[in-house]
Amino acid sequence: MWSLCWTYSLNLSSVPGDGEGQSRWCLSQVKGAIDDDVAEADIISAVEFSHSGELLATGDRGGRIVIFQQEQESKNLPQGRAEYNVYSTFQSHEPEFDYLKSLEIEEKINKIRWLPQKNAAHFLLSTNDKTVKLWKISERDKRPEGYNLKEEDGRYRHPSSLTTLRVPVFQPMDLMVEASPRRVYANAHTYHINSISVNSDNETYLSADDLRINLWHLDFTDRSFNIVDIKPANMEELTEVITASEFHPLQCNTFVYGSSKGSVRLCDMRASALCDQHSKLFEEPEDPSTRSFFSEIISSISDVKFSHSGRYMMTRDYLTLKIWDLHMESRPVETYQVHGYLRSKLCSLYENDCIFDKFECCWRGDDSEVMTGSYNNFFRMFDRDAQRDVTLEASWENGSPGCSLKTWRVCAGSRRKRSEIGVDCLDFSRKILYTSWHPQDSIVALATVNNLYIFQEKPN
Amino acid sequence: TKLDDSKMAGAEGDDSLYPIAVLIDELRNEDVQLRLNSIKKLSTIALALGVERTRTELLPFLTDTIYDEDEVLLALAEQLGSFTVLVGGPEFVHNLLPPLESLATVEETVVRDKAVESLRKISQEHSPVDLEVHFVPLVKRLASGDWFTSRTSACGLFSVCYPRVSSTVKAEIRQHFRTLCSDDTPMVRRAAASKLGEFAKVLELDYVKSDIIPLFTALASDEQDSVRLLAVEAGVSIATLLPQEDLEALVMPTLRQAAEDKSWRVRYMVADKFSELQKAVGPEITKTDLVPAFQNLLKDCEAEVRAAAANKVKVFCENLPEDSRETIIMTHILPCVKELVSDTNQHVKSALASVIMGLSTILGKDNTVEHLLPLFLVQLKDECPEVRLNIISNLDCVNEVIGIRQLSQSLLPAIVELAEDAKWRVRLAIIEYMPLLAGQLGVEFFDEKLNSLCMAWLIDHVFAIREAATCNLMKLVEKFGAEWAQNTIVPKVLGMANDSNYLHRMTTLFCINALSGVCGQEITTKHMLPVVLKMSTDQVANVRFNVARCLQKIGPVLDSSALQAEVKPVLEKLATDQDMDVKYFALEAISVLALA
Repeated sequence: MWSLCWTYSLNLSSVPGDGEGQSRWCLSQVKGAIDDDVAEADIISAVEFSHSGELLATGDRGGRIVIFQQEQESKNLPQGRAEYNVYSTFQSHEPEFDYLKSLEIEEKINKIRWLPQKNAAHFLLSTNDKTVKLWKISERDKRPEGYNLKEEDGRYRHPSSLTTLRVPVFQPMDLMVEASPRRVYANAHTYHINSISVNSDNETYLSADDLRINLWHLDFTDRSFNIVDIKPANMEELTEVITASEFHPLQCNTFVYGSSKGSVRLCDMRASALCDQHSKLFEEPEDPSTRSFFSEIISSISDVKFSHSGRYMMTRDYLTLKIWDLHMESRPVETYQVHGYLRSKLCSLYENDCIFDKFECCWRGDDSEVMTGSYNNFFRMFDRDAQRDVTLEASWENGSPGCSLKTWRVCAGSRRKRSEIGVDCLDFSRKILYTSWHPQDSIVALATVNNLYIFQEKPN
Repeated sequence: TKLDDSKMAGAEGDDSLYPIAVLIDELRNEDVQLRLNSIKKLSTIALALGVERTRTELLPFLTDTIYDEDEVLLALAEQLGSFTVLVGGPEFVHNLLPPLESLATVEETVVRDKAVESLRKISQEHSPVDLEVHFVPLVKRLASGDWFTSRTSACGLFSVCYPRVSSTVKAEIRQHFRTLCSDDTPMVRRAAASKLGEFAKVLELDYVKSDIIPLFTALASDEQDSVRLLAVEAGVSIATLLPQEDLEALVMPTLRQAAEDKSWRVRYMVADKFSELQKAVGPEITKTDLVPAFQNLLKDCEAEVRAAAANKVKVFCENLPEDSRETIIMTHILPCVKELVSDTNQHVKSALASVIMGLSTILGKDNTVEHLLPLFLVQLKDECPEVRLNIISNLDCVNEVIGIRQLSQSLLPAIVELAEDAKWRVRLAIIEYMPLLAGQLGVEFFDEKLNSLCMAWLIDHVFAIREAATCNLMKLVEKFGAEWAQNTIVPKVLGMANDSNYLHRMTTLFCINALSGVCGQEITTKHMLPVVLKMSTDQVANVRFNVARCLQKIGPVLDSSALQAEVKPVLEKLATDQDMDVKYFALEAISVLALA
């Protein structure tokens, strides 16, 4: 059941030069069973590096969380491989049933967010559709020994043998990692939670569902404050839902939320207690020439992420990745086509529901590059300064371990070179929705269906 | 066999050790409740071990137990605060520092706070030398800890050691506090900001000016709202420490800025602390600065801020300097208050309604009639029931000044509307004010206008209302006397005994339960008892067993002849009822009244 605990060890062979059609990225590790028969519960639904990058958490549809820790040796050697090994595994959410509404509540982990480290232990928030939980992951290397009335092995000692009192003494033991639930923030969401985000004040976080955003204090589970409510008085008038939300990384009063209509609203919590009035609206006017039945669906924001600097914001919609300067609401400063070639295939993507896939996106630690996923186990990286982009494939078979990944091109025609693939040959069941970039190092983690891939960039 | 061996050894065993041994073993029991129980009896364990072993064995063990559940750690942190005697008195008190130091670094705020509280407590038991040798180094370690948890804990410890250490150490302590005020993490800056006022109080005035003021100014313009809002409270404390002539230059610019902060949470904090602020800065600054600031808060764009300010209207006006109080209220405050009466937000209106009546004592009869009365009347007609309730609940203040007659014409419709509100909680709230209203309005007005309402609640379809109505009747009788009861309410209550609805018949019994005591023996025996006895043949079992319970309740009010001649036979008959519950309560009544 914990198939992610399996690691495929890959030998680091000699690294060939940076030739044509090859990237600087190489495969470091693959986690999870290489098996065509995938259990529903094993499908990964969240990937997130901790703030130091030392830990990497994944969540799956079975409600489980697996945490990997970077090996100490590889951290000290910048040339070394980014070796992550299983640190802790635990069941975060269980399937539940809402008897009042006769609804099943899935255990699937929708999002994981790490808290900034506050002491030797690590803390993370995980959420399914309804309930957010705070977990503590801590180490223990000592245990008490010595009883008065029994032996260490549990056999009872007769009370009358007691001649003197023994106080237990702590003795070293093998390192044990414990995950314990610290808080459960329940009963605040009528609709499905799509985002959680920790505030830079380190004492509050937000949780967003389709129509509302709530603000919580990490210490209190019995109350939360509604900060956005877009539910119309009459549900028939509903035209837009909240799809993603995030706090600004530095300004504690600022957060944004994206909508199914492709707009992003920035709110200032200083202005009023209820942020129904946004202070900025980021929206690009629609190009009338490309207008179609699918326009609104593909413009829906599937993810929104602030840059580490707090100056920019990135949004992902179905076909593009856009970077906005927070000072300019009228249009993005950069727009990247993730898989523009799918524009002609929207009809079939609608029929097989792929058009509703929610791709996440992430920034490199220094904000110079961005990454997002696509189909056929492809993922895309865009170098913002060099205006260069690559398409890479997360594959165990094709990318030889430790070697440079080859770059792919997707083309429409039938004539193609070795590194090209036709649009019609793409496998839409293999998609990369969840991606995370190490906050400091050139390491990325991404999830295919049930496998976690870790890639590392070769130093120059 | 094994058992025999242990028996042999047991010959030397000490029975008195057994309970202590259990307690010690349960310190590491898997059941958290048992661990908690043991920790709560830590003093018993320590007494049995003696001071020496407590210091050398128990405390080292406790220092390492920080993996436990929060509630256990919380109990431990609390226990250690009063452990000085158990480790051998003040001379050895520093032995308690290691476990408290590790508790002061855990992530759970309540545990850390409790550890800090205990550390503060035992700091007083350190000799001046021990304080510098043991306690201050601990504070420094916490203050320069890697994790913010330990640094936040340090913030609460500076003020307890500062007054008792040498001037060199004092300088170090000030330096540490300065460092924490500009910590990278907002949590530590928040902790420092919340302890700034307390630290300022123990500092020499010169250092308050040279050290604290710059820190206060910096924290009050922190980039995080959550830090700035805590600086407001610190500002209040600092203001009380400074001589009047320094306030203007050192504190007021920052406080003015806070009152106009871009973040509503900071302005809310200013509004919330307004009375303290007013006391701290004195009458002159109040006149020049606080009055306009208060006007702005009452007109703030955020409803939360207006509500907080509205709550302070009465106290602020009360504390205005006497010579100019009336002028300030009439020209500056009252116009804002008038606007708030028709605010768009109901919380603001309701906050105002809970204090506005208090203004009448300050302004006197004429002003109240001319200026306040129209506002009361508007609020009594407010669409939000909470606003009306808040006005009604404070009627006594107005009554003293202008008499309630002025209001009664508007009061009555408001009361009637609340009494018939569709929400039962609103009806419940107004019932609770009935005895107060009855007292203010007098018996005639009550009989004429309100009595029928009180009776109507007895047949409300919500039980909680009927119950409250019964209790209300009792309070009214306490106010108006037994004779009034006999003439006005008893006949109506007893009349309900013949109602076709069994719930109403039961209400009669509940009323009798409540009223028999205040009405006295004569009314109870002559008027109530016959009705109760008659109801013992009711066809509904619930009524019958309530008859038994009622008889048990009113028994002590009756004389023994009535008990023997009238109550006993009825209870005996009920004791043979075919319904189990009726039997049960009848037998219970017989035994309680000693009629067997």
